[in-house]
Order: sequence, then structure tokens, then C-alpha cells
Amino acid sequence: MRIGISRESLKGENRVAATPKTISGLLALGYEVMVEQGAGANADFPDTAYREAGAQVVDTDTAWASDIVLKVAPPSEAELASLRQGATLVALLSPRTDDDIVARCAAAGITALSMDMVPRISRAQSMDALSSMANISGYRAVIEAAHSFGRFLGGQVTAAGKVPPANVFVIGTGVAGLAAIGAAGSLGAVVRATDVRPETAEQVDSMGATFVQVAPGAADQGVSADGYAKETTDDYNARAALMYAEQAQRADIVVTTAAIPGRPSPKLITADMVAAMAPGSVIVDLAATGGGNCELTKPGLSYVTPNGVTIIGYIDMASRLPGQSSQLYATNLTNLVTLLTPSKDGELVLDFDDEIIRAVTITRNGEVTYPPPPVQVSAAPPPTDAVAAAPPPGTPKRGLADRPWQVQTALICVGALALIGLLSLTPMAFLAHMTVLVLAVVAGFYVVWDVTHALHTPLMSLTNAVSGIIVVGALLQLDTDSWPIRILAFIAVLVASINIFGGFAVTNRMLAMFRRGTTDEGRKA
Amino acid sequence: MINQLVSATYIVSCLLFVLALQGLSKHETAKRGNALGVVGMGLALLAAIVDMMQGRPNTTSLALLVAAVAIGAVIGIVKAFRVKMTGMPQLVAQLHSFVGLAAVLVGYNSYLKSSVGSTTHEAETFIGIFIGAITFTGSIVAWAKLAERLPSRPLLLPAHNLINLALLAGCGGLAYWFITAAQAGKSSAWMPLVLMTVLALALGFHLVAAIGGADMPVVVSMLNSYSGWAAAFAGFTIGADILVVTGALVGSSGAILSYIMCRAMNRSFLSVILGGFGSTTTQLGPTVDAGTERETTPAAVAELLWNAEEVIITPGYGMAVAQAQYPVAELTKRLRDRGITVRFGIHPVAGRLPGHMNVLLAEAKVPYDIVYEMDEINDDFAHTDVVLVIGANDTVNPAAMQPGTPISGMPVLHVWEAHNVVVFKRGRGAGYAGVPNPLFTSDNAALCFGDARTTLQAILAALPA
Repeated sequence: MRIGISRESLKGENRVAATPKTISGLLALGYEVMVEQGAGANADFPDTAYREAGAQVVDTDTAWASDIVLKVAPPSEAELASLRQGATLVALLSPRTDDDIVARCAAAGITALSMDMVPRISRAQSMDALSSMANISGYRAVIEAAHSFGRFLGGQVTAAGKVPPANVFVIGTGVAGLAAIGAAGSLGAVVRATDVRPETAEQVDSMGATFVQVAPGAADQGVSADGYAKETTDDYNARAALMYAEQAQRADIVVTTAAIPGRPSPKLITADMVAAMAPGSVIVDLAATGGGNCELTKPGLSYVTPNGVTIIGYIDMASRLPGQSSQLYATNLTNLVTLLTPSKDGELVLDFDDEIIRAVTITRNGEVTYPPPPVQVSAAPPPTDAVAAAPPPGTPKRGLADRPWQVQTALICVGALALIGLLSLTPMAFLAHMTVLVLAVVAGFYVVWDVTHALHTPLMSLTNAVSGIIVVGALLQLDTDSWPIRILAFIAVLVASINIFGGFAVTNRMLAMFRRGTTDEGRKA
Repeated sequence: MINQLVSATYIVSCLLFVLALQGLSKHETAKRGNALGVVGMGLALLAAIVDMMQGRPNTTSLALLVAAVAIGAVIGIVKAFRVKMTGMPQLVAQLHSFVGLAAVLVGYNSYLKSSVGSTTHEAETFIGIFIGAITFTGSIVAWAKLAERLPSRPLLLPAHNLINLALLAGCGGLAYWFITAAQAGKSSAWMPLVLMTVLALALGFHLVAAIGGADMPVVVSMLNSYSGWAAAFAGFTIGADILVVTGALVGSSGAILSYIMCRAMNRSFLSVILGGFGSTTTQLGPTVDAGTERETTPAAVAELLWNAEEVIITPGYGMAVAQAQYPVAELTKRLRDRGITVRFGIHPVAGRLPGHMNVLLAEAKVPYDIVYEMDEINDDFAHTDVVLVIGANDTVNPAAMQPGTPISGMPVLHVWEAHNVVVFKRGRGAGYAGVPNPLFTSDNAALCFGDARTTLQAILAALPA
């Protein structure tokens, strides 16, 4: 298949979806790569470099006529129209905020994959374009601030007097926030940071900054299921506002990064807080795309307030470092394309059983597939029934669930009738116990499905102890005067008791050994 | 009043057992689960004693009861505390056999005790004894194989499936004989009952004997399931719902565990139970290009580890055999103290019991949050500096990715993607499945022969202080 790399038409978009370095990766997957003339010009990747890497440099129409088009910004109407029916478009489409994009892609009859829908799971880290872009934005935010800030960021003692270091306050310690902390710290500034997720304090410390806590209150939140921060309660917001006001007043530079995907950004810095800041201070609002964390932010613009505070609301921070952001974004894209090309034969396969692929696909051949089912990504692997859903590979049996519901119902009805027929042949006394048996089997079935692998052995020794319940049967049989029965029952009680006591004791011994590590290093999040 | 109290207690016991099983599904609730199981069992025992004693106190029986429970408790607890964690599979198998034996005895007793013959009751007794007997000998064979009292390779008589079928059919025929004879008179029915017991014992023996050592995790959990069904049918026989409920809980949970294990090995449940795995492997194995193996020394491994940033350890049964979990834990600690990321990748069927490796690592106090399942860690090998394969073979065999071998299609740990792989091996043999492992001859792999524990201790000694 052919991959087209388009030149970005959006004004101010300097990035490009493939760099000479990533071209070789795409070629190795068996694709032909067509790069539109001048696609990398703004990011300082000349056409000759693409040619040397093995791509063909072509005109706009040829690039857009490819089977797969890789892109950064969402396509314009004209661009969308120039795509073939059934072609695949991969770009940062933002379906969570742009209500039209899904409908437009569907109308164009294409398959659209959105890079900002990559779920935050470990396996998908190498494709997480939002994180790579946030990293660049955080760095650039500090550089922009330093540019507008009329002083050193680092402190110095010189013959001409002492220069104090700048105070930088970072709100939101996601990828962008941490990158900003790092950049500001390396320029010598004193950095403070805060986040609604108190557990990020450790990461802030590790970057050499000080974590500022909101005064503690009742129900404070933790990590949401999708790994992003979520909106907060009123009570918390009031306490947070006090802290923001205090910190903003002390700070020379404020970097806000509190964006919630698909929602307007929370207003954290009010006009009053800005008014209280010293002249010459700078606010960089990285949440400007969602309206901004500062009430006075003008998305896309940088301006100076009447009291001399510069508010920078650029929404294209990543695009302002086009070389770097193109390289990282293009690598993310290549990793996604690798996942989409399992047999490395230049054929794109949309495997909807793969949760990453499912999540990024917003339309498939004109059919809307957005929003995807939620993907759970919190640190502890939750009891997804992925295990249950995946049929054993190699045995392509057609399960009940694959058939239409009418067939399913019919099959179940047939089974039910057969069971009624079978059971009605058995005596009444048997049936009373059977009711109990059937229900208990169902209970047992559901109870153990989501057992953690590590606990299989303890579970088995516990169930083993529990099956010693047969002691009850043996025990009741002791109630007799016949010695043969007594002796048999005695032995039965004895062996069942070994089972009960041994089973519980050994389970207890095993469980006592399981412990959590003292340092919760976990996986690299 | 007492009757209601007894029945009510039984119901509560059942609920406590459900909570116990459910609690065991997560680390956080596991201890609570076990405690609830103990409470449930205690209540059930008390209720049964009250039930037995009510109306007609029988001091001889009570004395026997106390003696039996006391002796059983002492034996059980001593066993539980003496067992080494590497010997856990044997103990579990042994305990299963006790349930089987108890079920057989209860069945016989129930038949002895019943005065009036009812077909239902006799059929239930018959089935109860049948399942109990299979569980009994099956578990004993599983125990013997795990404890290496019997060779772990599958015993394959010619036409072993036919033998199983014949035994089963024989039992069916005896069932008919038994029920008709029992209607005529009790004494004449003993013959078919005893004959059936013998056949069922033979069936249990033969079923498990035909299964190879590598499939033992599945067999043990299957026997776990059988022991539950045995208890459930004993419940039918004597009309005690608590046995039915509890037995069915254990039976179905054991069945699901077996199913989970089978799926992890990408094998069908039926083929494992019917046995014969590993018998046809040698001629099926493709001739792997016999490359050259590279040997390494503990000192070289120590240096490699000391300069790594990310290390993954994939243990297998060899770690259990060598009792190497303690040096592994110490190595982990030393490397982590140096700031090296150390994680464990556990294949679902590593060891001889589901979760066997986790238990061993926990025993050596390796924190469980650095121990990952195969699916969680498989994508991370590519950027890992060093992988230590400790006594694992089939579970890290890249040949599983290609068709034509007995382990083809089994998901494996992709250790070969790492920059360096060090394989600790006892000898030059192949794994259980008998498939040559191309990992050993790949360029990034080095082999460290010898007892894993000795080797690891040498590595520890060679680490800079």
C-alpha cells in the first residue's frame, strides 16, 4: 500500500507527519512512501533528505491519492474531499472537542484514526502523541516565558549586586507540567508546582521542585480511571483558589497546564489574581486550547495586561519546535503503523480486538466508531474480562456470542428444553438438591473468574480446605451404634480434618508471605 | 428450634464460603477471604455436631469424633507448617486425595446405614463413590509424580483412550446391576458396588498416569474440581445441602481454574485430560539449525547486571528445583538498591502449580508489585538490557511462534527481544515438551550451566560491594 505524507495546510502548523528518519521505518513495513513537496520545509527537513531516505517526493494530488495519508492537523474540507473512498487518514483529529470531525470523516467514506485517542496504557506509550507533544509544549512554555520575562531566571551574585532567582509556579504536573518544571529548573529558577492528584508530589520532588499542597479537606480525589485528572468538587476548588492566589502573587512566572481532555479547561487563575501579580510577571497558559486556565487568556495570542503582566496563550507550542515535535510525532505514528501492519507486508489491518487500534479508530470506511469503549488504565490491572473475551488462538471455534441474538436465544431455548426433559425423568428428591447444585455452580463460576494469577495456588489450597466440608457428612454418620459404620466414619472424619486444618493453615502461610514493595516504583507511567 | 438453628448456620456457612473464594481473587482481600473460610467451616462443624447430638446423646460417637478431629487437626497443621513452598504442589495433590477417600467412605457408610432401598438414593451413592474413588487414586498418582516417586513422563499404554472408555462403560454396567440387585436385597448388591469401586480406582490411576509432568498445573486444579464434585455428590447421598452447595462451588471454581490454565497453554482441556501430551513430540520437532551456544561465567553476568538499567527475571520450574528463590530475591534487592529497575515476568504455566512462581517469590520476600504477568510485560523485553532466564525453557522458547512444534501457538515470554539474555541451565536437555530451543544459540544469549542457586550465589559474590 502507499502512504502519503501531506504538507500541512493549516496556518502556523510547522510540523510534519514523517521525517527522513522515520521514512525507513515505514519502508521496512513494506509500504511505498510519497512525500508531498515541501512537506518538511517548515521543520527544516528538505525534500532532498526525504528522497535520500527512500521516499518519493510528489505533488499535492498524488500525496492525497495514497491509500494511507499521515498528517498532523485535522484536514481541511478540500483535503478531505481529495481523499479516496476507503482511504485511511491518521492525524490529531481531536474528536473529543471537535464535534464535526467524526461526521465529516464518515461522510467522506474514509477510515480515520486519531492520534490523540491513543489510550494511556503501557503498551501504547510508544504511540502516545499527546504525551510527546505535551513534553515539548512544557519546555517551550518556559522558553516563551523566559523570553518575555525581563530578567534572569537563575540567581547570581555579581560585583554589581545580587540577582535573585525567578520564582516559577507550575499548575498541573502531567507530562507538560513536569517538562516545564525541568526546563525552568535547569535555567536556575526556583520552581513550585501543584496538582489535584496529590500522588504526583513524588514526581515533582524528583524533578527538584517543591510540591505545593492544597489545604487538606474531606474527600480528595485520586487518579481517574483513564489516567487523566478529572474535574474537582466545589469545596476543593475553594481551598485550591486560596492557594493559587497566594502562589501566583509570589511567582514571577506561572505556567498552567490543567487541561481536561474534551472539556473546557478549569479557570484557576482569576482576573483578581492577575491584578495582584507584579508588573513584568508572565503567565503561560498551556490549556489555552480548551479556553485557558486563566480568565484573561486570549487563546492564540500573547498580550500585556494593564498592570504589566504578560499572558501567553499560544495554542501551537509544540509547533514552535517543529524539528523536535515532528520527529517525536512521526515516531509515534510509525509505531502505530507498525501495530497496524502485523505481518509487515505493507497491508494495513484494523484489528478491533486490539484496544489501542479500537480506541484510535473514529470512523471505519465511513462508519462511525467513535466513541470507543472505555479502556481501563489505572495502575493496578482491573478485572477486565479481556481474558474471557479472547478466544483461544488456534481454535477458531464460533462461540455462541458471535451469532445473531435470535440464534443465541433459540439455541439457549433448545438447551433449556432438553434440560427440562432430562431433569423431569429424575426423581423428586434428587431435583430438590439439583436446584441447589445448579445455583451453586453458577455462583462458583462467577466468583473465581477474575482471580489474580498470583493467587491461583492459595485459591486452590483454600478450595481444597473448603471441600473438606465432607466432614459434615461423615460426622452425621457417626451417630450410630454400629461399629463398622463408626469405624468408617471415624476414618472419614479424620482424613477430612487433615484436609480442613492443613488447607486453611497452608493458605494462611502462603498469604502471609505476599507483600507489597516498600518503594512503589511500579511501572514507568 | 435446634433444627432451624442448624439449617440457618449451614446457610450462613455457604455464604461465608462464597465470600472466602471471592476474597482470594485479590491480594487486598485474600487474608480476609481465608479467615472467612475458617469461620464458615467452624460454624458448619459446630452445627453438624449439634445436629448429630440432638435428641440422643451418643458419648462413644462423640469421643470418636473428638479424637478424629484432633488427630486430623494435628496431622494437617504439622503438614502445613512443615511443607516447603517448593513442595506445595505435592501437598495440595495429597490433600485432594483425602477428600476423595472421605467421599468413598461416606458413600459406603450411607449405603450401610440406609435401611429402605430407594433407587434415587442408591444411584446417588453409586455416583458419589465413583467420583470419590477417581479423585482418590488420581490425586495419589499426581502426588507421586510431583514428588518424583513416579516418573513424570506420561504412562502410555496402547489404546489408552479405549481403556478409559472400557472402564467407564464397565462402571455404567455395574450401576445397572447394582440398582437392580439392591431392589432385590441389600446383601446381593455389595458385589457390583465393590467391583465398581475397584474399576473407578483404576480409572483414576490411569487417567492421571497418562498425563505428563508439564501438564500438572492443569491436573491438580482438575482434581481440585473433582474433589468438589465428590463432596457435592456425598451431599446428594446423605441429603445435606451444605455439602451440595460447597462441593459445587469448589467443583466449578476448580473447573474454571483448569480452563484458565489450559487457555494459557493454548491447549484444549480435553486433550490435557485425556493425556498423551509429549508422547509424539520428538519426531514432530523440526530440526532446528544447531547453532553454537555461548557459555558465560558468573563474574561476567555480574558485570553485565551491574551496568544494566533494566533487568527482567523470568523464573521457571528450575528455580523451584534449585531452591534459588532466596538468592534471586537478594540479587533483586542489590540491583534495586543500585537504582536498576528489576522486574519479574511470570509465564502463566511456569512451575507445577498455577501461581507457583508467585508463591516462591513471595516466600523470599520479593515485593509482588514488581512481579508481572506475561501479558503485562511481554512488550517491554525489547527495551530491556538483561533478561535472566532461571530454569525456564518451554515458556521462553521462540519456536512456539512457528508452526510445526508441539508448543506452537502457546504464548511465550519474548525474552529473545532483549539486548542480552542469560539462561541458567542445569544441563543440556530440552524442556518438558522436548522441543529444541533456538534461544540458546541466538547471538544475544549466553548460557550459564550449573545449579541455579550456586550460580546465583557466585554472581552475588562477584557483584562490587
